[in-house]
Amino acid sequence: MQAFLDIFDIYLLEAVINGILLGGVLALLALGLNLIFGVIDVTWICYAELVMIGMYAMYFLVQYYGISYFIAAPLTILLVAILGALLHYLVIAPLLTAPPINQLLATGGVLFVLQSFATVAFGIDFRNLGIRLPVLAFGDMNFSYARLLSFLAALVGMVAVYLFMTRTFTGTAIRAISQDREIMALMGVDTRRIYLITSAIGGGLAGLAACLLVLQYDVHPFVGLSFGPITFLICVLGGLGNFIGGFIAAFVFAEIISLGGLFSDLEWGYALAFAFFIVMMFIRPAGLLARRR
Amino acid sequence: MTGRLVAWGAGLIALVALPFLYRDPYHLHILVLILIWSFAYTSWSMMGRFGLVSLGHGGFMGIGAYVTALLWNHLGWSPWVGIPVSMIAAGVLALIIGYPCFRFRITGHYFVLVTLALSGIVLQVITATRDYTGGSLGYTPNRASGNKLLALQFDDKTSWYLVALAVWFSGIIVWHVIDRSMSRYALEAISEDEDAAAAAGVNVTAEKLKITLISAVMTALAGAVYCQYQMFITPDTVSGIAVSLQMVFAAIVGGLFVSLGPTIGAVITILLAETLRIGFGTKAVGWDNLVYGVLLVLFIIFLPKGILGSVLDRLKPQRKVPRAHEQKAVQIARPGT
Repeated sequence: MQAFLDIFDIYLLEAVINGILLGGVLALLALGLNLIFGVIDVTWICYAELVMIGMYAMYFLVQYYGISYFIAAPLTILLVAILGALLHYLVIAPLLTAPPINQLLATGGVLFVLQSFATVAFGIDFRNLGIRLPVLAFGDMNFSYARLLSFLAALVGMVAVYLFMTRTFTGTAIRAISQDREIMALMGVDTRRIYLITSAIGGGLAGLAACLLVLQYDVHPFVGLSFGPITFLICVLGGLGNFIGGFIAAFVFAEIISLGGLFSDLEWGYALAFAFFIVMMFIRPAGLLARRR
Repeated sequence: MTGRLVAWGAGLIALVALPFLYRDPYHLHILVLILIWSFAYTSWSMMGRFGLVSLGHGGFMGIGAYVTALLWNHLGWSPWVGIPVSMIAAGVLALIIGYPCFRFRITGHYFVLVTLALSGIVLQVITATRDYTGGSLGYTPNRASGNKLLALQFDDKTSWYLVALAVWFSGIIVWHVIDRSMSRYALEAISEDEDAAAAAGVNVTAEKLKITLISAVMTALAGAVYCQYQMFITPDTVSGIAVSLQMVFAAIVGGLFVSLGPTIGAVITILLAETLRIGFGTKAVGWDNLVYGVLLVLFIIFLPKGILGSVLDRLKPQRKVPRAHEQKAVQIARPGT
């Protein structure tokens, strides 16, 4: 055991495992965005801001109204799911036939709205849930219990979405639309209803991510900017709309950030991840798992 | 045509004469800010009008501001040398990112997200090298002890107003030069159909690279001038995604396809922010962005050609057949037609 630990630096191993745990939450975030992109062909630039609103909802439900965490979580998921459906109904639906760039920029406007709404309504203070979960010690390594819990919950959420997509009629219709959006309308599927349901599911996944992230991070109006860009990059790296690619890319990114943070500052980890992304775009422009043309 | 030239000339003379007739420092300060940001927005719209939507311009602006300030503080290089160096640095970065992007045909969503990653990198690197750049706390160029002109630091608003006016006007001239060049037709063809343009003999990669280079270099200049004027920069005010989105927003609100559109966008956004700030004081924190965001969404849905673009269209009905990408934009304005 000791020889093993000498070869593998204990901090390196800790960073690797923390990277995997971080990857779980990133994969959950990427899943929601990929779902929206794959089905509706729209990029929600404001996705991370939906998560931020969810985090505030958790904060107020738990801290202010004193509701138990496990009751507040479903309420938050529901709230963000409704927000997602509203976003689709009010902003995306009128722009469905517009050039993709306009849709992207419109959600950019929503990003401003949500961010400044949070600033106006909640102020710019950092707030946290005040729940301190114990730290799990394993050997000489320390893991945050919150991260472990998030990782597991993210896995459960992803499996649930997978089962929904493969085992139910609505899920099958969603997958069919992502393959051919014109034909499905002729096959008797109400595309508008499916789009609305997909947006609600995407929002719900953002809500779940919010419930998990609020355990680890303080919430403030600009928290979305700290993990929003990385989520898009993960989706693009995995190939927009490609669920498995996004899942793998989330863990690759999480490892780069975690290991980069081990050897230097956390910012360099992020800068390295961004640079890696740009290089990968040139090598595999259509995503990690895309076949070469 | 001569009528337009006379109108431009008269407008320009009025703008140059303004600070000598009217000296209220606060209003001049607002005008300088409007001119500097108008120049940055115009630089962005050079690419944006051809469908090359970049969210990386925050990065170029950050490079312009920080390289100039760092060379001045650490090496003592005058901004007269530092600004060209920073512009070259931004240009080189634009080529490094742009060449593979255009060579491998990364367009649409993918191009937006690659450039988003670029502004992310610049923001993170500025924050990470906090020993030199002051990190997120911001950075101040040292006050010049000797020659003010050599250090490009003026104390009076009138000098700054004239500098900003010259920079802004040069941006408008570049816009018109490109508008009249063959490149414009090539780029319009590219924005409509890349393959068809390539088949018709347009060198797609070279044309896109040229316009990206011009746009990036000008944005760096805007960043450097902003830094010299404000004498205080933070990563969040000159680089990053928020600044990039702000450029997109102002250019779209003003009008992407007309030369003064981004300027109108800057006037509207800055006046809005200042009015809210004066009217509501510290209570207004966040309100300006809230209004921007709502306006951006409404404009993209109902008025995608921007304020000035739509007004000009009203004034001259049936001037010519709109170009295909503008027609597409018009369709959004009236869904169902």
